[in-house]
Amino acid sequence: MSSGRRSRGGRVLRRLGGAAAAWTLPVVLLILWEAAARTGLIEARTLPAPSSVAVALLASIEDGSLPAHALISTQRALKGLFIGGGIGLVLGVLTGAFPIAERFLDSSVQMLRNVPHLAIIPMVILWFGIDEEAKIFLVAIGVMFPIYLNTFHGIRTVDRGLVEMGRVYGLSPVELYLRIILPGALPSILVGLRYALGIMWLTLIVAETISASSGIGYMTMNAREFLQTDVVILGVVVYALLGKLADIATRLVEQWALAWHPAYAVKENVR
Amino acid sequence: MTTILNRLERSVIDDIPSRPVTRPVPAPATIPARGLDISLSGVAKSFGEHKVLADLDLHIPAGQFVAVVGRSGGGKTTLMRLIAGLESPSTGRLRLGERDVAGLQPDVRLMFQDARLLPWKRVIDNVGIARGLGWRDKAEAALADVGLAARARDWPAVLSGGQRQRVALARALVSHPGVLLLDEPFGALDALTRAEMHALMLRIWQARGFTAVLITHDVGEAIALADRVLVLREGALALDVEVPRQRPRGHGDAQLAQLEARILAAV
Ligand SMILES: Nc1ncnc2c1ncn2[C@@H]1O[C@H](COP(=O)(O)OP(=O)(O)O)[C@@H](O)[C@H]1O
Ligand SMILES: [Mg+2]
Repeated sequence: MSSGRRSRGGRVLRRLGGAAAAWTLPVVLLILWEAAARTGLIEARTLPAPSSVAVALLASIEDGSLPAHALISTQRALKGLFIGGGIGLVLGVLTGAFPIAERFLDSSVQMLRNVPHLAIIPMVILWFGIDEEAKIFLVAIGVMFPIYLNTFHGIRTVDRGLVEMGRVYGLSPVELYLRIILPGALPSILVGLRYALGIMWLTLIVAETISASSGIGYMTMNAREFLQTDVVILGVVVYALLGKLADIATRLVEQWALAWHPAYAVKENVR
Repeated sequence: MTTILNRLERSVIDDIPSRPVTRPVPAPATIPARGLDISLSGVAKSFGEHKVLADLDLHIPAGQFVAVVGRSGGGKTTLMRLIAGLESPSTGRLRLGERDVAGLQPDVRLMFQDARLLPWKRVIDNVGIARGLGWRDKAEAALADVGLAARARDWPAVLSGGQRQRVALARALVSHPGVLLLDEPFGALDALTRAEMHALMLRIWQARGFTAVLITHDVGEAIALADRVLVLREGALALDVEVPRQRPRGHGDAQLAQLEARILAAV
């Protein structure tokens, strides 16, 4: 018992040590950067000091502009994710389950996939102007393909022996789908979700930078016109944080949904 | 007890040299479902041009434990899939008890070399996969029968290979099948675990009285477990012999050694 506790304490210490090691380089760089900015080695217009970015952060929180921009960006991202991800999931399930759907859909989808979705921005602006739909449309198109491909692949690679076992035990087609095929495809679908989240933020940054009147992308472009380099840097940092947040969220979803998977096993299972 | 009496009776009727059962069998914990007899007449199976089974005539009486041995590719798995209704014969007639086999058979259960457990369902939910009324109690009882009652809430991933096969066995037993088909289920296990599984298998078969068909590449295993050994070679029966019925069967028995040599020669 006591040895177990001691070893757990040791593990916590080791993990803290690991975290410290991981943070050393960023912190050192930050200090060097601050020093370089203060001594005038780097001009503030090129790269403002971290401290002035922090000041800009506080100011933009205080006047409410940053939260407002971050909120609208997040809303666009999530709307696009739900629409595009939903379509990708449904298409993937259809083509994965029905050979007819695969014959009709898959080669078309594969063809469209090869068009870089950012290449259609001019067309999207022609269609939607700089309205909300334009950004959401672009994000939806971007996230649709990774979700589609991974859903399709996941369903196709479900162990056929398991499906046959389900049939032998009298499961109906719907039950086979809900209890065997979809859970079996889930790890692959979640991989698709991870890719999709990366594409989601990337698309949004580009779309908001090119055409928007709100959102983090707009905030940075606006700041560039007034040479507020600190706000530009702030925008980049906020994008990074939002991306990290999305990553943590997926990891939590994976841990919950794949608790059975040895690679994601939570302590509960260790005997 | 009635099943054993039946079996002794049958052995007298079949005019096979019978010896008394040397080990007393514990009274079955559950009402034994009677086994179903399996009969094939003129059954053939081809995949395209490739003829896998040719004109099989075979009768397996209810409650018998049959082992099927043969080289890989000899059609053993195909035979099993026909009995289960997973494939249909190209020609011929396959009967199970009183009816023709057409489509999946709810009272036939299968075990494979891989346990085929759903990794995202806990052990108890795997055993009770077919659901139905009172499935949890039945699943718990079946798990207890294979000695794994304590692992009901575990994920399959944390079990050993032998434990996984025991879960698969429990899952097959929940519905009290009339026929249990075993396709090399012990092939991937180490020798000790395999011996344990043999004992468990025999105990459950004796208690429940289902008809068992075991496919194996291990002639020793076939002789240790079965009442009767079939050799399937290139889709035809090359040998069909009864095994003297005393159990447990000691190693080094001259009669069994002779039988083993005969089977090996036919494979
Ligand atoms: N679904 C199938 N389609 C085509 N050929 C098959 C199929 N199933 C089995 N076969 C062929 O039938 C032959 C016998 O296979 P099988 O019954 O698995 O043999 P065994 O179990 O004795 O090793 C093999 O040559 C195999 O390739
Ligand atoms: Mg086989």
